[in-house]
Amino acid sequence: MAENWKVVPEMVERYLDSTLDSVDSAEELAVGVAQRAGLGDDDLMKIGLAVRESMVNAVMHGNRYSSEKKVRFSVASSAERFTVQIADEGAGFSFESLPDPLAPENLMRTSGRGIFLIRSFMDDFQLRHLDSGGTEVTLVKNLVSK
Amino acid sequence: MSVNLNTRQVGDVSVMDVTGRITLGEEGSGRLRKALQDLIKDGKKKILLNLGDVSYIDSSGIGELVSGFTTVTNSGGNLKLLNLNKRVKDLLQITKLYTVFDVHEDEAAAIRSFS
Repeated sequence: MAENWKVVPEMVERYLDSTLDSVDSAEELAVGVAQRAGLGDDDLMKIGLAVRESMVNAVMHGNRYSSEKKVRFSVASSAERFTVQIADEGAGFSFESLPDPLAPENLMRTSGRGIFLIRSFMDDFQLRHLDSGGTEVTLVKNLVSK
Repeated sequence: MSVNLNTRQVGDVSVMDVTGRITLGEEGSGRLRKALQDLIKDGKKKILLNLGDVSYIDSSGIGELVSGFTTVTNSGGNLKLLNLNKRVKDLLQITKLYTVFDVHEDEAAAIRSFS
């Protein structure tokens, strides 16, 4: 957990291409900010994985690797929280229609665990459909002990 | 950002030493998928995946482990896991897959378990 009095607020925003290289870049940027916010190795791994899964969703399922579409990626830290937002320009999807990956009938599926892992690893996860089209996810890790 | 694979034969068991990151992409989970398919094509039915040096695995990598397990099982073989580090073990536990796989910590014992 961060020693909050030492945290210098930071904010980074990028418009990334819809490629797997962007997934690596976003993960690296997020982990860097989280590290400077004082988060430990376990949290860094969880944040890295949550960002990776969110970026893969945006690049692959949202923008479908289109060179015409970008992913807006932002990461911010303050004394209270670490926040990542990722928005794609895709057609969107129904959150409620996602199958439960822990249900016995889905356990041996080869995909469908991404959002479950994100929710498991972050303190808060929000998803909203943008008026302009596309989907925005917000991932939060609290830096203050509750 | 890639995975490295080295397969060695110990008796009739194919031990695949996996190193690095198993993540989405041709150099990650795609490479693991192809290596497992090649083993099955070669008629190998006893496969032990040594994951001791896997630093990172994402949902695509988990999916590839499940896919490999199903493919090997459907071809009449066995796929087992060896040397899970804490991160991989935690991921398999929260996804309820830990008990699906036959997991070992000792290579010799794992190899004996195939017979």
